[in-house]
Formats: sequence, C-alpha cells, structure tokens
Amino acid sequence: MLAPFDVSVISSEHAVRDALRDVIHGLGPLGLDIEEVGTVELVLAEALNNIVEHAYPPDAQGGPIHVTCRHRQKGLFFTIRDRGKAMPDGQIPLGMVQDVNVDVMDMPEGGFGWFMIRDLAKDVAYQRQGCENELQLRLAIAVRRAPP
Amino acid sequence: MEVLARTEADMQVVSVQDSRIDAAVALAFKDAMRNTTDGGPQTVVLDLQKVDFIDSSGLGAIVATMKHLAPDRKLVLAGLSPTVDKVFKLTRMDTVFRVFTSLDDALSDVRA
Repeated sequence: MLAPFDVSVISSEHAVRDALRDVIHGLGPLGLDIEEVGTVELVLAEALNNIVEHAYPPDAQGGPIHVTCRHRQKGLFFTIRDRGKAMPDGQIPLGMVQDVNVDVMDMPEGGFGWFMIRDLAKDVAYQRQGCENELQLRLAIAVRRAPP
Repeated sequence: MEVLARTEADMQVVSVQDSRIDAAVALAFKDAMRNTTDGGPQTVVLDLQKVDFIDSSGLGAIVATMKHLAPDRKLVLAGLSPTVDKVFKLTRMDTVFRVFTSLDDALSDVRA
C-alpha cells in the first residue's frame, strides 16, 4: 500500500497544475500506467478547476485547497477541502451527459466537468462542514485483492 | 500558448506547442487559434501530438474554435494522446469532430 500523502495549494489560475503535479508525483511508487494517471489527473483537474472558478471566484481572494490521498484495498480515496463558497443548494451538480447531437452553433462548450467526474470516479460525496467544502471520491485504480 | 502554423494548398496545419490545454490556458488557446486561422484555408488540421492533457475547459476551447470556423470552414483533429482521446470519447465529442490518430492519417485524408 502506498503511504498516505497530502497536497496543499493556495487557489489561483496555476494552482491546479501545481496540485496535479504533486499528486501524480505522490502516486509515483504505485507505477500506474499512462491511462490510470490520465484518469487521476482528469478527475482531480475537474474538481480543482471547479474550486478555483466557483468556490473562490476571481473577484474574491484565493484560499487554501487541501487534497488528501489514501490508498486502500478498493483503490485511491481522495478528499478535497476548500474554504470557499458552498455548492449551490448544498449539492454537487448532476453532471448529465451533454447532448452533442445538435447543430454546430449549439454545440456545448462547457458542462462536461461534473459529468466526467461522475463517470470516472465512484462514491462521489459532498458535504459542507462549517465554512469548509469537502468532496470525497474514489478511483478504482491500484485496487488490491483481499488475500485468500 | 504557442501554436505553429503552416499552410499548404487548401489546408492549414496548426500544431500546438504546449503539453497542456487546460483551464489556465483555455482563453489564450482560443485567442491564438482565432489569430492563426484568420482568413486561412477551408480545412484546419489541429495537430495535438505534443499535447498530453486536456480538461473540460480545453475541450470547450477546441469546440469554440470549431464554432468560430463554422459554417464555411472545418476543424479536424490529429495526434490525440490516450488521455486526450479519453476526454473526446467520454463526452461523445469524438462523434462531432473528425479525429485522426496520427497527423499523417489526417493529412492524407484531407488531401484525398
């Protein structure tokens, strides 16, 4: 099992890249393949972009973003915390698949983020704890079979 | 955001030089694409060989580029890495764009 590790950044345009680089570095000992690394990077990028763009909007001062990674039998468990604005209605968006069978000029340019998170991650859960947002999710990567 | 462009006959090949098209550079990418493709030929081949990561903002910027070129001009994609390809497949955008694994495949198809 990989040793637990945490990554902390202060919200900014480039904070997401820094956090992703540190998380992927932290996962190094697992020797994940390129596809698995891509999944981790994509899911975390979408979750972190959402915090930088919505929880800490550009007109507000950036705040802390804290990512914890725990490797357990069922895969990689991530918890992402921030001290920004709560999710609208206290819930994460449904993240429905976007209809792309439309006229070119009506093609969606956004709204893919939560869909990709929900599609790639398992057990996605959000809660507001005091003045903190906490998003938990699991990636079925580096899953360990229970010993017989 | 650096892109290199070359024009041959009726197509323009725009090669992205950065390794990421993500939220941090999505706007810069859109601007670079608008400036580079302005007044160019009918087909634009977006060469993504050097790009190993895009997120939903990067995807949105590529869609915006396609819409900017439409209806008279087409955007074709080439050289998608596994992670970039995954984003297109997940969002079904692989059904909207013509996607070629390699730049050579894209060029020979466009030329044909």
